[in-house]
Amino acid sequence: MEVVMPEFVLKLYVVGQTARSQRAIANLRQICESILRDRYELRIIDILEDPEAAEVEKILATPTLIKLQPIPQRRIIGDLSDFAKVLEGLDIRKKNQELLQGGTYANG
Amino acid sequence: MPTDNIVNKTATGIPGFDLIACGGLPIHRTTLVSGSAGSGKTIFAVQFLAEGILQHDEPGVFVTFEETPEDIRRNVASLGWDIDTWEAEGKWAFVDASPQTDAETLVVGDYDLGALLARVEHAVRQVGARRLSMDSLGAVFSRFQDIAAIRFELLRIATAVRIMGVTSVLTAERDKEYGDITRFGIEEFVADNVIVLRNVLEEEKRRRTIEILKFRGTEHQKGEFPFTIIPDDGFVVVPLSAIELKQRSSKVRVTSGNAELDEMCGSGFFRDSILLVSGATGTGKTLMVTEFIAGGVRQGEKCLLFAFEESREQLFRNADGWGVDFAAKERDGHLRVVCEYPEVSSLEDRLLEMKNIIKEFKPQRVAVDSLSALERVATNRSFREFVISITSFIKHQEIIGLFTSTAPTLMGGTSVTEAHISTLTDSIILLRYVEMYGEMRRGLTVLKMRGSQHNKNIREFTIDGEGMHIGKAFSNISGILSGHPVLLQDGEIERLQSMFRGDIL
Repeated sequence: MEVVMPEFVLKLYVVGQTARSQRAIANLRQICESILRDRYELRIIDILEDPEAAEVEKILATPTLIKLQPIPQRRIIGDLSDFAKVLEGLDIRKKNQELLQGGTYANG
Repeated sequence: MPTDNIVNKTATGIPGFDLIACGGLPIHRTTLVSGSAGSGKTIFAVQFLAEGILQHDEPGVFVTFEETPEDIRRNVASLGWDIDTWEAEGKWAFVDASPQTDAETLVVGDYDLGALLARVEHAVRQVGARRLSMDSLGAVFSRFQDIAAIRFELLRIATAVRIMGVTSVLTAERDKEYGDITRFGIEEFVADNVIVLRNVLEEEKRRRTIEILKFRGTEHQKGEFPFTIIPDDGFVVVPLSAIELKQRSSKVRVTSGNAELDEMCGSGFFRDSILLVSGATGTGKTLMVTEFIAGGVRQGEKCLLFAFEESREQLFRNADGWGVDFAAKERDGHLRVVCEYPEVSSLEDRLLEMKNIIKEFKPQRVAVDSLSALERVATNRSFREFVISITSFIKHQEIIGLFTSTAPTLMGGTSVTEAHISTLTDSIILLRYVEMYGEMRRGLTVLKMRGSQHNKNIREFTIDGEGMHIGKAFSNISGILSGHPVLLQDGEIERLQSMFRGDIL
């Protein structure tokens, strides 16, 4: 079987197990599972464990989500609590948003 | 240096700064360095780390928010700092927080600067940093919207590095030279220590100053001190009022180069004194300098002359005319003549250059002809600071210094130079034109001679092919110094009348 490169390649940088980190992880997982199912690859990096990774990407704020694929690359900072804006930032089309409606969201 | 009242300071190694900071920066604390654009903040921040590595073998971490590390490496190479090598040796680490142009950033929800803090902590541990610079905070505020949150985050970083035992310097922008300390009120949270750098345009001249606004719980010198940024040394503070007055007085006399003048001063000048020769243009100041230098050279002393009024050729030709061969003396290493237009450099740079030449050449006598030529390249205030600084430096070297000052009017009068220098000098010699019987003659008087008796007459002197000859005192004449000589002898009044008799008839 042919190995297909996932359509969405995402990296989420967090610092430790703070409430804000947890919130960002939960919000992002929900978006991925409900909209990008089987079309994404997500890596979560804890900067406390791997500070060099943050150095390489020159990350200041956390949480930071980097969308590597599809291009253009994009960065979103914050706990990702406003899903409409997150989708906009990830360049996910509107029809996907409709699918999401009604979903519960970790907010604040 | 006594340590009982200045605990908790670390010498930065920045030339002159530790003197005005009474020992250095408070150790394990954060110092905010605030200044307008182009005031030298980045250089200060870089040099704090560079001197730490060079002088104290203390590694450092540089967090850059504005310029890229590449820009910084390149920009400071001209100041003699090889950051590449220090990075390779593990003594210097950059945390690159400069703006990334390739990716667009969107803000969705709450965030903090936890990543930056983690990176800073990581870098500090990695090189074992004792010093940290962050340059400049204004750039962080322009990138993130939530100012209150960013302020809190920066406080968190400042606190974290303090706990790690690191002494840090933070730079920040300010809008006006005299106004709020910083644009974003950063001083409110890292307010332990605040330094302000200024780059003020005063009478069309740039003047850089540094002021320590506060050091919490420890002493420092008050007020603004001039500084300059020069190749090889970088940031150099010129500590004026911080100069210690520990001059020793010598009783050893040296020749002025003129036997009659020596006799007037009670057998010569003191070896470590500062002399001022003041007079209108053409009264013979340069000649006196030439004789002073020649007198030194004849005794085998090394002499240094800074000439700001005449060209080398002119000066050497004049000296030749008076029978002194400057060129030959320069060749055998007894003399060094530095001729420059005053406009070539700022007074702060000039001061450092003169000090360096004096340190390197190690002369036994120094002459400056004239101090007043330097007056025109600076504001009154810079000039005063320059005069104080150069005279005290020369005194510290325990060498004799002779300065000339050009009086603004032909007859009498004092110049700004005199007003600034007269209390610093040990001796003042006035050269004056004296109008007598319709002709201009020259008078000389020793106005002051610290620590010695001297002849207080106003003596007439003449200049010929061999130099200066001091003759008899002017008698029966008063008002020479004020520029209005008046003859007092009755007989002379008759003589004057007789001179004009022909006209009356």
